[in-house]
Amino acid sequence: MAEESYLTDDFLRQLMNVGEVDILIGLPTHNNAKTVGSIVHTIQSGILRGFPRERAVIINADGGSRDGTPELVTGVSIDDMRPASNLHTLRTLHSISTKYASNARSASGAAFRTILAAAELLRPKACVVMSPESANIQPEWLSMLLGPIYRDGFDLVTPTYRRHKFEGLLITNLLYPMTRALYGLRIREAYSPEFGFSGRLGSQFLGQNVWNDETEGAGVELRFTLAAIAGKYRICQSFLGDKDRIERHAVDLVPALRQTAGALFSALEPDFPVWSIVTGSQPASTTGPDHEVLLEPLRVSRKRLREMFLAGIGELESVFQSILSPSTLAELQSIAHLDEEGFRYPAELWVRTVYEFAASYQKSVISRDHIIQALAPLFRGRMFTFLTENRNASAGEVEKNIEDLCLEFESLKPYLLQLWKSRE
Amino acid sequence: MREMIVSELSQALHEMARGFAHLLPRIIVMLILAALGWVIAYVVKVVLRSILRLVKFDKLSENAGASQLLAKAALPSPTEVLSRFVFWIAWLGFILLGVSVLGIMGLQEQVARFFLFLPRLFVAMFIMFFGLLAASFFSRAALLAGVNANMPSPRVLSLAVRTIIIVFVLSIVFEELGLAEQTMLVAFGIAFGALMLGLAIAFGMGGRDLARRFLEKKIVRGKKEENEDELSPL
Repeated sequence: MAEESYLTDDFLRQLMNVGEVDILIGLPTHNNAKTVGSIVHTIQSGILRGFPRERAVIINADGGSRDGTPELVTGVSIDDMRPASNLHTLRTLHSISTKYASNARSASGAAFRTILAAAELLRPKACVVMSPESANIQPEWLSMLLGPIYRDGFDLVTPTYRRHKFEGLLITNLLYPMTRALYGLRIREAYSPEFGFSGRLGSQFLGQNVWNDETEGAGVELRFTLAAIAGKYRICQSFLGDKDRIERHAVDLVPALRQTAGALFSALEPDFPVWSIVTGSQPASTTGPDHEVLLEPLRVSRKRLREMFLAGIGELESVFQSILSPSTLAELQSIAHLDEEGFRYPAELWVRTVYEFAASYQKSVISRDHIIQALAPLFRGRMFTFLTENRNASAGEVEKNIEDLCLEFESLKPYLLQLWKSRE
Repeated sequence: MREMIVSELSQALHEMARGFAHLLPRIIVMLILAALGWVIAYVVKVVLRSILRLVKFDKLSENAGASQLLAKAALPSPTEVLSRFVFWIAWLGFILLGVSVLGIMGLQEQVARFFLFLPRLFVAMFIMFFGLLAASFFSRAALLAGVNANMPSPRVLSLAVRTIIIVFVLSIVFEELGLAEQTMLVAFGIAFGALMLGLAIAFGMGGRDLARRFLEKKIVRGKKEENEDELSPL
C-alpha cells in the first residue's frame, strides 16, 4: 500500500514481527528525554490496569531526537512495573521507535501520519495518541480514551480538561464556538494532543488528502476530529482532569493560529456540503463533566495585548482592506480609539471578523498564511476583552459568557454562508 | 536641344512609371499584410483577454501591486493593458514585415533589429511582473512579522524590503533590455550603497534615542513579565 513508502524497511520489519494487535499507543516525540521515561511507565501501568489481556504496542514516532529519546522508549520494560504495581499482563507489550520524515513542515502531522500508517498495518481495534509533554498524565487516561472505543464501539474519544478560566483562550474564543456552530457538535477540545480513535477511522483519515494541502499537516489533530464529525463517526468526550504541560510556557500565537484557525479554515472548503446544511448544535456524549474551571488568580499583562491590537489596526490597514468588509474594518478602527477602560471587542464583531477571515481564506484574497498571521493582532484584542469581562467572574459566569459567544457564532452562521456563496 | 530635353523627360517619366509599377504590387502586399496583421492581432487580443480573465490575472496583478500602479496612472486594468500591448506588438510586427517587403535597404536592418528585440522585451516584462509580485509578498510578510513581533515601525521595515526588491528588479529589467547597461549598473550601485549607508546612519545616529527606548522597553518589560503568568492560547 502507498503508506508503506514513507515507512523505513527496518520499521516495517519490526511491525511485521509484532503482527496484529488489539491496542496501539502512539507517542510522538522530539527531544523529550527528560520526561518520556515516566510517560512510558504511566502508559504501561495503564495497559496493565485496563487492558491486561490485550495485545498492545507502543509506536514512538520520533522527529530525530539527539538526547536518546527513542532508546528510552524502547528500553523501558513492562517488567519494571510488575513488582511495584502487583499487576500482570498476559501478553507481551511491544515498543517500537521510528524516525519520521524530518523535512516535513509540521512535525505533529508527520508523526501522526506515521502512527496511522503503523495502525493500518497492525489493525488494532483501538488506538490512542499520548503527548510526551503532559505533566500530569495518569494511568487511567488510557482506559478513559481507549475504553469507549474498545468496549463501546465509539470511533473517536476527545478529552475534556480542568482548565484555568484564562487558559486556552484560542479554544474558548474561536475553535470551540466555531467548530460547534459549523459542524453542529459540541466538542470542547477538538484540537488536543491526547485522543483515542478506532482503527477504521484512522484508515479512512490516512487516505484523505490533508497531508499535501497548503497546511502540510499543521493542525492535523483538528482535521482528524473534523473528519470524524463530517464522516458521521461515533464521537464522545472523556474528562481527564487537569491540563498541564511539563514545560509551562506560552505557545507562540501565530503557530497556534496556524494549527487551529488555519486547519479549521482549510477544512471548510472540502467540508462545505456537510457544514452548510447544519443548523444549531447538539451536545456530544461525555464521560464525566464536559469542562471544569479553575479560578486561582493569575497576573496577566492585558495592557500589552491591547497595545499589540492597536499596532495591528494601525499598521495592517492595507492587509485588512483585502480581508475584511469596509463596515467591519471601520468598526475595528472605531474601537481602537477607545481608552483602556472603555475598550471592548464585542462578541458579534469578533464573530463577523472570524467569518470574514474564513471566507477570505477560502477565496485566497492574499497568501493564506498571511491571512492567518493578520488574525493574530485582532485575536489579542479579543483576548483583552475576554480577560476584562471575566476578571472577577465565577466559573458559572465564565461558562455563560463562552456559551453566549457560541450562540453568537451559531446565529451569524448565515452570514458566513452568504460570504461563502458570494465567491467571485 | 529641345528634342533632347523632351526625350530625357519622357525617359525619366517612363522610368518613374516603371518603378512605380514595380513598387505598386509590393505596396499592395504591404497593405494586405497590415490588414491581415490587424485581424490576427485582434483575434490574439480577444483570446488573450479571455484567458487572462479566466486565470484571474487582474487579481494576481492586484497582489503584485501592478493594478495600483496602473490605477495611479489612470490606465485600464492589467488584463486590458496586456492584451492591448500584445495587439499592438503583433500588428506592428506585421506592418514591419510589410515594410520589409518594400525592399528599402536601411529599413530592413531596423525591422530585423526590432524582431530580435521582442523576446528580450517579453522577458523583461515577465521579470518586472514577478518582481513586483515578490516585492509585494515579501514586504507584506515583513510587515506582518514586524507587527506580530511587536517591533517598532514595522511599516518602515516593510517599505525597505519592497524598495530593495524593486530596485533590484529594475536593474535586472534594464540590463535585459540592454538600455544604458553601464549607467544602470553604476546607478544601481550608487543607489544601493546610498540606501545601505543611509540606513546605517539612520539606525546608528538618527535612531539612537529610538533604539535606547526600544531596549529599555524590552528590558523593563522583560523584568516585569518575570512576575507575570504566561497564558497559553491552546
